Amino acid sequence: MLDIRRIPPTALLGIIITALYILVAIFTPWIAPYSDTAVVGDVWAPGSAAHWLGTDNLGRDLLTRLLYGARITLFIAALATALSFTLGASLGFTAAVVGGWFDELLSRFIDLIMSIPTLIFALVVLSVLPADTLILILVMGILDSTRVFRISRAVAVDINVMDFVEAAKLRGEGKLWIIFREILPNALSPLVAELGLRFIFAILFLSALSFLGLGVQPPASDWGGMVKENKDGIVFGVPAALLPAAAISILAISVNLVADWILNRTTDLKGGRGNA
Amino acid sequence: MPRQAKRPQGSESGALLDIRNLRIEATVYPPGEDPRDIVIVDDVSLTLTKGKVLGLIGESGAGKSTIGLSSMGYGRGGVRITGGQVILNGRDILKGGQKGFRQLRGREVCYVAQSAAAAFNPAHRLMRQVIEASLKHGVFSRAEAEKRAIALFKELSLPDPEHIGDRYPHQVSGGQLQRVMTAMALCSKPDLIVFDEPTTALDVTTQIDVLAAIKKAIRDTGVAALYITHDLAVVAQVADDIMVLRHGKKVEKGDTRQIIKEPREQYTGALVSVHEIPHEEHKPAEPILSVKNVTAAYGGGQVKVLKNVSVDLSAGQTLAVVGESGSGKSTLARAITGLLPPMEGSIVFDGRPLPPRLGDRKKNDLRELQMIYQMADVAMNPRQTVGTIIGRPIQFYFGLKGRKRDEMVRELLDKIEMGSGFFDRYPAELSGGQKQRVCIARALAAKPKLIICDEVTSALDPLVANGILKLLLNLQQEENVAYLFITHDLATVKSIADSIAVMYRGSVVRYGPRSEVLTPPFDAYTDLLLSSVPEMEIGWLEKAISGRRMESAGN
Repeated sequence: MLDIRRIPPTALLGIIITALYILVAIFTPWIAPYSDTAVVGDVWAPGSAAHWLGTDNLGRDLLTRLLYGARITLFIAALATALSFTLGASLGFTAAVVGGWFDELLSRFIDLIMSIPTLIFALVVLSVLPADTLILILVMGILDSTRVFRISRAVAVDINVMDFVEAAKLRGEGKLWIIFREILPNALSPLVAELGLRFIFAILFLSALSFLGLGVQPPASDWGGMVKENKDGIVFGVPAALLPAAAISILAISVNLVADWILNRTTDLKGGRGNA
Repeated sequence: MPRQAKRPQGSESGALLDIRNLRIEATVYPPGEDPRDIVIVDDVSLTLTKGKVLGLIGESGAGKSTIGLSSMGYGRGGVRITGGQVILNGRDILKGGQKGFRQLRGREVCYVAQSAAAAFNPAHRLMRQVIEASLKHGVFSRAEAEKRAIALFKELSLPDPEHIGDRYPHQVSGGQLQRVMTAMALCSKPDLIVFDEPTTALDVTTQIDVLAAIKKAIRDTGVAALYITHDLAVVAQVADDIMVLRHGKKVEKGDTRQIIKEPREQYTGALVSVHEIPHEEHKPAEPILSVKNVTAAYGGGQVKVLKNVSVDLSAGQTLAVVGESGSGKSTLARAITGLLPPMEGSIVFDGRPLPPRLGDRKKNDLRELQMIYQMADVAMNPRQTVGTIIGRPIQFYFGLKGRKRDEMVRELLDKIEMGSGFFDRYPAELSGGQKQRVCIARALAAKPKLIICDEVTSALDPLVANGILKLLLNLQQEENVAYLFITHDLATVKSIADSIAVMYRGSVVRYGPRSEVLTPPFDAYTDLLLSSVPEMEIGWLEKAISGRRMESAGN
């Protein structure tokens, strides 16, 4: 049903670039020219036929590092986002449907967590816990789920008072049916748009953590870490730190373009088949 | 009434408004297809002389509001006037451009919208909004305009006319707000006022006051008016001529007497006789539902909305609960279904007492007591197909799956006269009447003994509503199901009820078999309610107003 001619050019650009990133992340080991930890040349060598983008502060191939960085960054951000949505949306929907003291308790608890700046919270937790990828994903996912909780609860509260939900309650349906069959399909559009934005925030958050030394640990490469490793080169006129930064911002813009388009579409979706 | 000399005068024939071969189009964007243009109004011509009222009548989508707005050169929501002329006071306003429109709107033509509550700016006092157009166009000074506004408030019999202008829109009732909007339209002494369903959203008892006020104001100020409505009985009270529209085309035009007494077209005839459904009243029998001394309240007992209500409903019969908004009729339905557990009293269903709370009721209790809602489009999940919507109760209550369930859904679709072709449709792809039919099928799928119908026809066009009522009556005979029919429309009650309960401020004021309830002597409230139902008869309004014993709310 989705006609490619009907997608606005900005959204199309966003989709293409995002898809490219994902493809690169999946096929990195096959397309990367070198190993991501091998020292293959001089420190901060300029671009050449052997090393298209030059080398980094230890003499590793920058293009290879960028490609592997995409793989790790996208992998962690995707899992963290998936966790935050599963957790946040199911808690948010349950709070809206059950209501009463359960909703009150959960909402105030979430408020409590949200009142602490996320980055500081994460820094404290991560500096105490052992540095490994699973813990990183868990901390990012749980902290992000507070935001998802807020939006899913707000959407579900609106839907929960509609007559068709009341009709389901009168029929005697259980909470699970009401949450997953009556509310979820109608809350999907705003949540999908939110998904894109949260994914971007996860990447930015991960990059910030890595830059501060608490994210992905060396020698594995990720973009935030690469900016940190190469930042001293900037004073010598070496652009090695700017390339991973650019990779982050281009991905952020592309995903935003797609999310914007999805969000716009939700306003003219009146249910049914919609425009998709 | 003296008019300013500077204003352009009407043409020699005395025609104030002359619309010729009007054609209005809009672009629609159907899902999955290329955008295309559709014709909303096709070749409609009308003339209106000074001081006359022309009624525009038709079902929704007939183009009546669009024509009304074209008299001020306005197209709502991307609608374009693509052909014809709109001649007002002797000049074609479509040629004047935006500047011309600005000089015209609020000065020569004013507009009264259907929902006054949505049309007023809630942040400003009423007076400021009433005189705004007069000040903008420099018709009056502020002092003069306020004086005129107060005179108009008096004319429209608003309470406390000196000070009502100091209030905010939320501080007056719906009927009063509608009259304030009429004052706003009259304030700048326009030549023409477009009334767009001004009484449709009001209770019958309020409607009659607003109608009388509008009629008096039109007569006393000598303004011409286009009166848009879907209710022929209402327009018969105020209009000199009536034009019947359907699908953007003219069906018939004539004077009021001719249209309602001797309609020439079949469609007009159907509109005139829409409320007549033959129905034999049944004698009271064994009750399926007994509501005994039920008292219910919101806010933990703070606001009592039902006071000691007792009614019985016989098996396979129809009990109509009537009353204006706020009388507690929908709350009665919520108390019976268990959504609002009553504070006192009991509900006996099919010989067994029902637990007050919904959560405590057995699956079988829920199955035998179904509900149909007023707004069919929000009563169905927009993401489920018709097949899922009707099939779910079958699966849920009887455990049937797959082909067996689908077969039953198809049978039900035939029963509601829609056919199995609708199985895979989504609610958004149905018309208003079809949506309500699917809701009926969903209720029937549970094989209930009682269906609560909450204003099921109120949101529908008269002819469609008529079809729904006939279907409900047929189904009652086939399935022997009882209806608790909640409505504010007495015409509906007269055609389908076996017994009637009249509710007023949370209490049942009159209750019994239909023939008894509708036979005099009446109590004051029932009398007011009955006399407020517009009848298709010229001069009914004056007779009804003079014969009233009780003032309606907000007067």
